[in-house]
Amino acid sequence: MANTATGGGGTDFVANLGRIYGIYTGGFIAFIILMAILNAMGVPNVVIGYMFVGFTILIYAVIGILSRTMQVGEYYVAGRRVPAIYNGMATGADWMSGASFVGMAGTLYLLGYDGLAFVLGWTGGYVLVAILVAPYLRKFGAYTVPDFLSARYGGNMARLIGVIVLFSCSFTYVVAQVYATGIISARFLGLDFNVAVYVGLAGILVCSMLGGMRAVTWTQVAQYIVLIIAYLIPAIWMSTVKTGVPIPQLMYGQALQGITALEAAQNITNGHIVPFVHGGYNALNYFLLILCLMVGTASLPHVLMRYFTTPSVREARVSVAWSLLFIFILYFTAPAYAAFAKWTMLDLVASGLTPENIADKASWMFRWAAADNALVQICGKAAIDAAAVAAACGEAGVTNIGFANINLNADMIVLATPEMAGMPYVISGLVAAGGLAAALSTADGLLLAIANALSHDIYYKMIDQDAPTARRLVVSRVLLVLVAIAAAYVASTKPADILAMVSWAFSLAAAGLFPALVLGVWWKRTNSAGAIAGMIAGFGVCIYYLLATRYGAVGFVEMWSGLSTATAEQLAKFEELKAAYAAAPADGQAAAWTALDKFAQSIASWGGVKNLSAAAFGLPVGFIVMYVVSLMTKEPSQEMQDFIEEIRIPRGKTVMEEKTA
Amino acid sequence: MATPDRVSYWNKTRGLMFLMLGLWIFFGYVIHFFVSALNNIVILGFPLGFYMAAQGSLIAFVVMLFWFARKQNSIDEEHGVAED
Repeated sequence: MANTATGGGGTDFVANLGRIYGIYTGGFIAFIILMAILNAMGVPNVVIGYMFVGFTILIYAVIGILSRTMQVGEYYVAGRRVPAIYNGMATGADWMSGASFVGMAGTLYLLGYDGLAFVLGWTGGYVLVAILVAPYLRKFGAYTVPDFLSARYGGNMARLIGVIVLFSCSFTYVVAQVYATGIISARFLGLDFNVAVYVGLAGILVCSMLGGMRAVTWTQVAQYIVLIIAYLIPAIWMSTVKTGVPIPQLMYGQALQGITALEAAQNITNGHIVPFVHGGYNALNYFLLILCLMVGTASLPHVLMRYFTTPSVREARVSVAWSLLFIFILYFTAPAYAAFAKWTMLDLVASGLTPENIADKASWMFRWAAADNALVQICGKAAIDAAAVAAACGEAGVTNIGFANINLNADMIVLATPEMAGMPYVISGLVAAGGLAAALSTADGLLLAIANALSHDIYYKMIDQDAPTARRLVVSRVLLVLVAIAAAYVASTKPADILAMVSWAFSLAAAGLFPALVLGVWWKRTNSAGAIAGMIAGFGVCIYYLLATRYGAVGFVEMWSGLSTATAEQLAKFEELKAAYAAAPADGQAAAWTALDKFAQSIASWGGVKNLSAAAFGLPVGFIVMYVVSLMTKEPSQEMQDFIEEIRIPRGKTVMEEKTA
Repeated sequence: MATPDRVSYWNKTRGLMFLMLGLWIFFGYVIHFFVSALNNIVILGFPLGFYMAAQGSLIAFVVMLFWFARKQNSIDEEHGVAED
């Protein structure tokens, strides 16, 4: 249906998309079957892993090279002729990061009901994208999100703030994607992590550098197909083994019942389905997190720019619906995945797991623990082998290992599930290829968003407005490579902080961009003074809360004691640690400070809001400042009001016509 | 610019936006306030409160968006501002 509306697109490629991707999907399934046969014939696991990763990256590279372009319109917005349904698939891949693929089911495994805040938050945001933002930005005809801010709020100040917000929310995010590609390549190809990061980098660049948005679009469609197949197959497998019906999304009701029964038998009180009891997510934080993730979704530039590529405003709206459908397919499977994995683990424990029989029953744990000590811990120590488990449990006085004694890292659950459930290695290879596709596609989208903002907004619009097309494209590519190398370098240092900061991106984007984008379309009275003040205030409050509660926690606790929800006991402990730090001898000061700071981080807050949800403060501040300052200053000119009228209706040419020659 | 037809177009568009926003608040938040009560209802093994957060609301979002795209398009056509 979507194809019929694209008439103007015209090339053979666009007309034949269905056939091309149909053949591709068939080819990929045939490849999986071939790998399964080779695996059964005794080809070593490591070779299977290499074939999966190598074959898929090769495909992406071929698409990337075939889509190379020297036209500005193709490079920045794929010529604006991507049909709604394919743009939906590309957005799905763009959106679902390595963390969604690898970490989401693990988070749900650990947090049960409370993890569903991520499922809700990362889907519901698309409602806001469709009704408030995307169609209007498409009509405006921007190349980048700061482009719109500049046109609407008259000038480079708004543009520059937009670029700063864009950079701060996208860069940490892209580092995490490169890190994820490194982890997956290291685990499945046996490469050294530092080498693996640069292999991942090459995979990312080959997709995006030559063809910009055009190449990224068509590789993302291919990557979506790989990642969704790779995600569904293990879930279907587990559902079939456990319940006899290959529809995990429907059958995990049984898994939930099984989990609840086994949890009761194990005396686990905070059960999987019990709301607001896991990981510090009380009802307040649960709902605020949903809000921040949803609003953040509707503000993240790498997502919004995907809707610049559709042939029309009408298609942009339909495309948001397709995007959400394709994302939904993964996100409504994740809770099923988590439930089946948890059920499998509870069953394993219920069958009488002891340090003596663990080598027979669950030797897969040793392999993961050996790869990284933090991934699998039993009785509080890394479960490297049966002896280590026996020693740790002996020390802890545990003879029968209970569910609570096993500590699995959220990030390994999806990757380890094939082994956990006893699937052949070919499934592990497939899951690795899927995880890689998810991380690469998101990294491409983010890199392009950053490089385009730097080349189009900073270089072309602010530095050299007369730059010829060829030079603009060269600058774009050079910046893309530089940003990519910087991201890979940061990732290779394994920065724990950066990885924790990824979820900050949503709050930063929400507080910094959402009010300016929404009011810019929906409230004509918003003027540039108001928008600039609101963006700075919203973003400022948000980043202050994020940084101060993490890096200046001790000072934060003292300064905002009036707004804290810390109990008297906690405050007493804080004072005690502070006294201990003051009294500590020179050689014990660092340790005393670490203890104090760590504790302060756990209680530093305004009203008990987790720092993950910082936009809970930044967003209202942004809206209020924008509203008040706009009303206090002059109303926008008549031309500006006409301009807003113009972007509100779909008919007519895009408002901003770019010189594309 | 602000012809009567344009004003009526924007009023309808805004009405649809607020309707969608209301549905979004309902499925994104309001229904989950009652998770504990809903969990007493179990269908096919799913406690209803858990189900709504894991699947029900998501399905509602997807359906809402396809419906919205059609509805907004018919408003466009009615007011002669749809693209050719």
